[in-house]
Amino acid sequence: MQKYSFTTAMIASMILLTALAQLGVINQYLQSVIMLMGINIILCSSLNLVNGYMGEFSCGHGGFMCVGAYASSIVTVLLFSKNQILGAPLLPGSMALIAFPLALAAGAAAAAVAGLIVAIPSFKTRGDYLAIITLAANYMVISAIDNMEIIGGPRGFMGMNATVHAMEAILDVPWMLIWVIIGTIFSVWLLRRFVTSTLGKGVPAICQDEIAAEIMSVDTNRMKLIAFMLSSGLAGLAGGLFAHMLGYVNPHSFDIMKSTEVMVMVYLGGMGSLSGATLSAVLFTVLLEVLRPLEIWKWVVIPLLLILLMQFRPEGIMGNKELSDLFPKLRKYYSFK
Amino acid sequence: MSLLEVKGLTRRFGGLIAVNDFNIELGEHELVALIGPNGAGKTTVFNLISGFYQPSEGSVTIKGKDTKGLRPHQVTSLGVARTFQGIRLWGEMNVLDNIRVSQHSNLGYSLLDSFLRTKRYCKREKQIEDTAWELLEAMDLKDYAFEVPRNLPYGLQRRVEIARAMSLKPSLLLLDEPAAGLNSSDVEGLIKLVRWIYDTYPVTIWMIEHQMKVVMSLCTRIKVVDFGTTIADGSPHEIQANPAVIKAYLGDDTI
Repeated sequence: MQKYSFTTAMIASMILLTALAQLGVINQYLQSVIMLMGINIILCSSLNLVNGYMGEFSCGHGGFMCVGAYASSIVTVLLFSKNQILGAPLLPGSMALIAFPLALAAGAAAAAVAGLIVAIPSFKTRGDYLAIITLAANYMVISAIDNMEIIGGPRGFMGMNATVHAMEAILDVPWMLIWVIIGTIFSVWLLRRFVTSTLGKGVPAICQDEIAAEIMSVDTNRMKLIAFMLSSGLAGLAGGLFAHMLGYVNPHSFDIMKSTEVMVMVYLGGMGSLSGATLSAVLFTVLLEVLRPLEIWKWVVIPLLLILLMQFRPEGIMGNKELSDLFPKLRKYYSFK
Repeated sequence: MSLLEVKGLTRRFGGLIAVNDFNIELGEHELVALIGPNGAGKTTVFNLISGFYQPSEGSVTIKGKDTKGLRPHQVTSLGVARTFQGIRLWGEMNVLDNIRVSQHSNLGYSLLDSFLRTKRYCKREKQIEDTAWELLEAMDLKDYAFEVPRNLPYGLQRRVEIARAMSLKPSLLLLDEPAAGLNSSDVEGLIKLVRWIYDTYPVTIWMIEHQMKVVMSLCTRIKVVDFGTTIADGSPHEIQANPAVIKAYLGDDTI
């Protein structure tokens, strides 16, 4: 049996999806559902690094997403669109394709730096107390942006569409769909490589016995720094993609509700399982769409489903295991490199 | 230069003096025991040496280096490994991974290497895994490599913990009550294992132990502490005859 590399398979499916979108088989609505799915996968798998692998309880993921969304949006607006305050575009539209990933990276980097607000207290604090700190970090970010008139404050910030249009002017394909898929593959790939390395296994070691980890030569402060910054950085990437997908951001779409939503996905999928996080992000996004006809009642049905799941399968869908642990035969078909 | 030099080590917890003016000097390749009644401050001495506590007074010097202000993982990388009184393995990680993660101090690659899976990464990961397998093989744990420690019997968990400590390639191995909770056949196995480690590796072993059978059959030198203070130091023969030791363990005959 031939072994397909996971990455090749993902790239193939990306090309397929793009082709289908281009041919009109997938309409605008389905495209946006797929994009949301990808963004949720990034959010869920990155939060899983902290909440699942490291066993901390971070409930401020939305805040980091917000930092990433605003930072990358400011960069693209500054570069490619006319804004009353930030002035005329600095670069011609033809540069958009090169500049956009760099803007996303800038957003991720800004979010990773914001992750320090949580990472540094985590050296001394853990458990419930650290959870409070993450909550505070989320509020800090939202309130800070709320009070910055220059980027719209509570009214929100827009103008990111100009960049997307500039990219479409170069080549008319659904660019945001492509970027979201690339971002998703990149995030899962990065996390997968990290958690399977001996270096990355220091993170669950902290979760299972921090004192033993410290004495058995794991530099726990460094591991916490890496875990928090990697996690918040990827949340920032998701934020950047989200902002450019919608073309408009508002600080209150990243408040504690958003953080809770991501947490729900993590616990639904199973702690410390990358395939669990991916599956549950897909499932959760689909569930939200399928239950749309129920209107506001869906917020009764979904939490109820969660309660039932926690009652009968408290470890989540995958519960600490990867797909390839449950179905060893899958290893024949794909491998992570 | 001695391997470990402890001078005037004192640790107070509030009003309690857990360790008082503790001195010891260990050379290369020795087998030493630290004994004393419960609460005598033996584990605190180990915690002070491994950097888990900072001393109130006194100094710990390992291979000529003062460990003042070092964090535990930095002390470990000076060549000190230890086991714990209650077993502290990473319960959800399989035995092989337990022995891989404990080699964190000499990973030899960076975070970026782990993302990019560079040549250096692959080479070091292979070496780390080889070291782990060698140890598992040598310590008769090969069959349990993919078991989770939580599911192993107590005696085997001890063995894994010692293997994990040995994966650090220590020059000083601290064993905190290695025979606690073991049945008599496991104790025999443990004595053999410690003897084998001592004969095979160039390591100084220092153990806290209550079971005299273990101490007397292994150690060439014994240090006795009570209420944080050293009351005797000598060969097993001398210790057995020492009146202060007998008094500490059995009490005074005057009431």
